[in-house]
Amino acid sequence: MDQMFFGRRAVLAGATGLAATGLAMPAVHAQATAGLKIGVIAVLTGPAAALGTHLRDGWMLGMKHLDNKLGGVVTESLVIDDELRPDVAVTKVRAALERDKVDVMVGVVFSNVLAAVMRPITENGTFLIGTNAGPSTFAGRGCNPNFFTTSYNNDQVHSVMGQAAQDAGYRRVFVMTPNYQAGRDAVAGFKSRFKGEVVDEVYVPLTQLDFSPELAKIAASRPDAIFTFMPGGLGVNLVRQYRQAGLANIPFLSTFTVDESTLPAQGEAAEGFLAASVWAPNMDNEQNRRFVHDFEGQFNYIPASYAAQSYDAAMLLNSAVGKVRGSLTDKDAFRAAIQAADFNSLRGNFKFGTNHYPVQDFWLCKVEKRADGKFQTATVKKVLENDVDPYAAECRMR
Amino acid sequence: MLLLLLQGLNGLQLGILLFLVAAGLTLVFGVMDFINLAHGVQYMLGAYLAAFFASLTGSFWLALLFALPSALAFGLLLEWLVFRHLYDRDHLSQVLATFGVILFLNEGVKALWGSAPLQVPMPALLSGGFEIMPGLQYPIYRIAILGAGLATAGLLWLVVERTKVGMLVRAGATNAPMVAALGVDIRRLFMGVFGFGAMLAGFAGVMAAPILSVEPGMGDNLLILAFVVIVIGGIGSIRGAFLAALMVGLIETLGKSLMPDLMRLFMDPSSARQTGAALASMLIYIAMAAILAVRPAGLFPVRAA
Repeated sequence: MDQMFFGRRAVLAGATGLAATGLAMPAVHAQATAGLKIGVIAVLTGPAAALGTHLRDGWMLGMKHLDNKLGGVVTESLVIDDELRPDVAVTKVRAALERDKVDVMVGVVFSNVLAAVMRPITENGTFLIGTNAGPSTFAGRGCNPNFFTTSYNNDQVHSVMGQAAQDAGYRRVFVMTPNYQAGRDAVAGFKSRFKGEVVDEVYVPLTQLDFSPELAKIAASRPDAIFTFMPGGLGVNLVRQYRQAGLANIPFLSTFTVDESTLPAQGEAAEGFLAASVWAPNMDNEQNRRFVHDFEGQFNYIPASYAAQSYDAAMLLNSAVGKVRGSLTDKDAFRAAIQAADFNSLRGNFKFGTNHYPVQDFWLCKVEKRADGKFQTATVKKVLENDVDPYAAECRMR
Repeated sequence: MLLLLLQGLNGLQLGILLFLVAAGLTLVFGVMDFINLAHGVQYMLGAYLAAFFASLTGSFWLALLFALPSALAFGLLLEWLVFRHLYDRDHLSQVLATFGVILFLNEGVKALWGSAPLQVPMPALLSGGFEIMPGLQYPIYRIAILGAGLATAGLLWLVVERTKVGMLVRAGATNAPMVAALGVDIRRLFMGVFGFGAMLAGFAGVMAAPILSVEPGMGDNLLILAFVVIVIGGIGSIRGAFLAALMVGLIETLGKSLMPDLMRLFMDPSSARQTGAALASMLIYIAMAAILAVRPAGLFPVRAA
């Protein structure tokens, strides 16, 4: 019995040791070198970690292409896991600002985390380049001189689908989203451009597993198309069950539901389903071809927009730091250098509006199978050109 | 009317899935008086093992064949490593320790398989569907889940009610010290029950893998529902878990599909949809409160009060 007990101890100790080394590995340790220090905020634990991984890897590839230099200055990236918990994010961000003295912050997948870290970072006089979350709060009256984003305003993406449904001539659309603020915003965004009839709006709990009841409702109401916003695992479940229920002949219009972060799990079930995006892996320009090729080579999966937007942030900062010759002390000069957006975006067309949100094109994308059997989104057509988000007019930059 | 019947079928099917998870949980909780929050993680592990073996062998059936003994072995390993030391401790220690296991294993599968959701292909034999109403296919696989769940329920009933082992399990649930005093190795019995419970949860995970996304933390949502089921059913009672699972499945499904329409009788459409959806997700907890108010020990209490 005693021996067994020691056996257990040994196994436990071994397991703990393994876990400790496993945890220690991904951390990038700060070193005392002259140069720039960039904090990369991404969610790397919990169910949403896949998105944060895309974001981080996109940034890392950018730094690799730049030889770990921004504007010629040696740069170190400090990865911060926000754990999708605003309180944790604020604590870690404060530590990065005060102890590690980071010069610029980039990243943030989720709006609630962005809202929490916004003041600690910007009031410290530090610049924050958002690479995914684009809530309306910081696009309109809450716009901030030290905050830029390389993504979009969330409402724009949903409205793109509304416009696409309108363009396709659909008259009756069934709408289904999770029952929380972002879900209701999605419906509002869709309706802002869709003028036909919304047959039914269904709100499901965020913990929904089985969509059979909703699928039966959809079949019963025979819409021309459905519009949905089901991020993460919700979308995986919905897409597969939608296909299994034989509903795939009803066009599937979606936002943040089918992209490269969920396609590995959705696979064939998502083929032909529609999404709205500012970027897709098939975009035909030199920098994008290189990005997608090298990304897959290094990380062995297809990048999603989170990665592309972070890569763009690296290129943006590279251009801006170059313009001010490596000196970030003059905030106004650095701000103007970022605002100029003098870099080749993976999206091609890219410039900043007055509220520091991009003015850019929005695309209708479709899930397609590549020659190698993997799935990706591909552009179908440009829906909105040089679109300015609906809140920009309210922004008084102070 | 057809829609209502269909929703009933959907409810039953969710109920069966819940039952597979809850059966193991209620046995462990009832027989050993051990709160195992990590039960949901064992469901997740079943799904991950299925995904792993399916990618190795390319076949759902082989994956099922390998995943079940692996789930069993892992359950026994956990019992040996962690849970065994907690049987004599109070419930708070058990909750804390098993919660730790949840965190550890959720991060563990992420380290092994990545954080992106995985998929398990549906077996070709069961991948068709039949048209249950115009435009809507009912997948055969879902019928298969229903069948497998019912068969498991029947088998469990047979084992628990009609065999010697089942008799010991029931006896252990009622009065464990007495069973031990009669010369039965209660630790071994506990270990067996625990491993079996883990395997049942793993089986539920394997069955759910082709229709639900396989991702870290997938068991956590289901665990809450499973606890509702065993509390309604009476802790330790397989029969109670079965009935309660079907009830929860039906309430959840029918509530979701009918509540918004019902609310429309009282208020304008847009707020009816939102309050309806919110109310529907509360419905099972309201039902649980109502049942516990009338029968504080659940529908089929095992332990004498």
